[in-house]
Amino acid sequence: MSGTVTPEKSAISWQASAVEEVDASITTRPIDDFFQETLALTRRLFIQLKRRPSTLIAGIIQPLMWLVLFGALFQNAPQGLFGNNLSYGQFLGAGVIVFTAFAGALNAGLPVMFDREFGFLNRLLVAPLTSRFSIVIASAIYIVTLSFIQTAVIVIASAFLGAGLPGPLGLVTIGLIVFLLVLGVTGLSLGLTFALPGHVELIAVIFVTNLPLLFASTALAPLSFMPKWLQIVASLNPLSYAIEPIRYLYLHSDWSLSSVVLQAPWGNITFQGALLVLIDFAAVVLLAIQPLLRRRFA
Amino acid sequence: MAPTVLIEKLQKRYGSVEAVKDVSFEVEPGEIFGLLGPNGAGKTTTIRCLCTLAKPDAGKLEVSGISVINNPRAVRQRLGYVAQEVALDKVLTGRELLQLQAALYHLPRNLAKQRIDRILGVLGLQEYADKKTGNYSGGLRKRLDLACGLLHKPDVLVLDEPTVGLDIETRVVVWDFLRQLRAEGTTVLITSHYLEEIDALASRVAIIDRGVVIAQGTPSELKDRVGGDRITVRIREFSPIEEAQKAKDMLEAMPFVQEVIINPAQGNSLNLVVKPQSDALITIQQALLDADLPTFGIAQSRPSLDDVYLAATGRTLVDAELAAAGSRDPKAERKQNMR
Repeated sequence: MSGTVTPEKSAISWQASAVEEVDASITTRPIDDFFQETLALTRRLFIQLKRRPSTLIAGIIQPLMWLVLFGALFQNAPQGLFGNNLSYGQFLGAGVIVFTAFAGALNAGLPVMFDREFGFLNRLLVAPLTSRFSIVIASAIYIVTLSFIQTAVIVIASAFLGAGLPGPLGLVTIGLIVFLLVLGVTGLSLGLTFALPGHVELIAVIFVTNLPLLFASTALAPLSFMPKWLQIVASLNPLSYAIEPIRYLYLHSDWSLSSVVLQAPWGNITFQGALLVLIDFAAVVLLAIQPLLRRRFA
Repeated sequence: MAPTVLIEKLQKRYGSVEAVKDVSFEVEPGEIFGLLGPNGAGKTTTIRCLCTLAKPDAGKLEVSGISVINNPRAVRQRLGYVAQEVALDKVLTGRELLQLQAALYHLPRNLAKQRIDRILGVLGLQEYADKKTGNYSGGLRKRLDLACGLLHKPDVLVLDEPTVGLDIETRVVVWDFLRQLRAEGTTVLITSHYLEEIDALASRVAIIDRGVVIAQGTPSELKDRVGGDRITVRIREFSPIEEAQKAKDMLEAMPFVQEVIINPAQGNSLNLVVKPQSDALITIQQALLDADLPTFGIAQSRPSLDDVYLAATGRTLVDAELAAAGSRDPKAERKQNMR
């Protein structure tokens, strides 16, 4: 494609328009405008996904490898080590679901960071957006959708690997838990995106957050395996509060909101307690990044 | 009727750097207004304040009578901003980017479709519309960026250095397009450090230097204000300095000659400032002939905008560019412009 192709002197005029047009002065309601801009920004992200699907493909292959390889790593562990009649593969499923959603959400800020660096964000900021939070919401919709796709694949794969399949209510609950965690972590990632100077720093932070949070959670091993200090850390880690309820409903068909899912050093956490922690986590993060976004968007 | 753009006593500092100290100008409906100055003079900062990307420290900014500071969203709807560096999403096609742009400016769907088809035609982009912008050349990217700026029919199109980094042919295409827009009555505010660009396009111009507007008016007015015509005399293609000096002494004695400078960069040619006078060229040539000196070349011209800049600041734009290039920190500026 050559840049020196001179366009023909256009006879078409831009300003003057004899065939004008649908009435441009239609006043729309702000809420409609907000939907329009959010939808358009979300659409952009999905077009990108469609044309560059490698992140999603890798994001599906990676948890499958976790399930197969990591599951095989402890295959010969003594029966019952992870609980009554429980194989490590069955134990691991919940951890992989949550960790995959977490890692995906932690990367949510990267595309926005590149928009900042390449000046594309300026294009959005000079536009009369009803609310600039449409930029944030579009990212969140995109990441939540990706996480749901990944979760579905992991759930199906685990079922084939013998972990069983929770009932419909269980599946919906898994969806809710993933949603809450992804919401909070996406907020965290977007906050970092606007607090850090560039993508190098953002990637560095993602790098040092990722694995430690995984190991300091109940994703790979139960609390009872850990020394006291790590038990405390893991019981403060939001990931554990997403992992344990999912694990519980995988293993107990008779789960309820008052079931004890996590035995933290300071007491028992029930199913609903864990959900509340996740809701609080998301709410606190989203509130905490407000001033930062407002300052950047002012 | 309110001017399309009004900027009054704008001030903006970044840390200890006073990027804009005192900038005031008005853009009237239907004109192309040029903001001319060397790199680092404060042009981009002025534009960023106008386009709501930076908060001014002091001053008044209005677009069609609407305050930029109090009502930024209404102002954004009326501005079409085309940044210096084209930022396209390289995965999207041209049409998809325009669709996104239309949605961000809340155009109804069917109106957006009409407008996109028309603007693609106006800018000769139809055959590239459904190709990814990542494959576009520099000229195509700029044209698509212009299309994005115009799609919502802004009151004023704001162009920051529209032809920096473009090849000459594309530059001419952009110029032609801007002239066409002016003929149709579109108001344009353009910044540039290219004299020719402003001279060729702008109906009025403000010259800005170190954050201050130092001259303002039509290019013709500004040149008249400097006064005098310019004559360049080349005795030989490369004249020996003694010969140039001899000619200089002789020419300086002439009553209509105001100033003579020997320019070593052009083979010791003589640059004269003279009172406008119809027979100046013949008189000079005759005098050289009488003194047994040849004439390799001689040319007369009106003062340029560079002379205007020189008269106001004591240095040429090129010198200012070079000085600025040495003292700037591109990394810090990038950071400043990032949000």
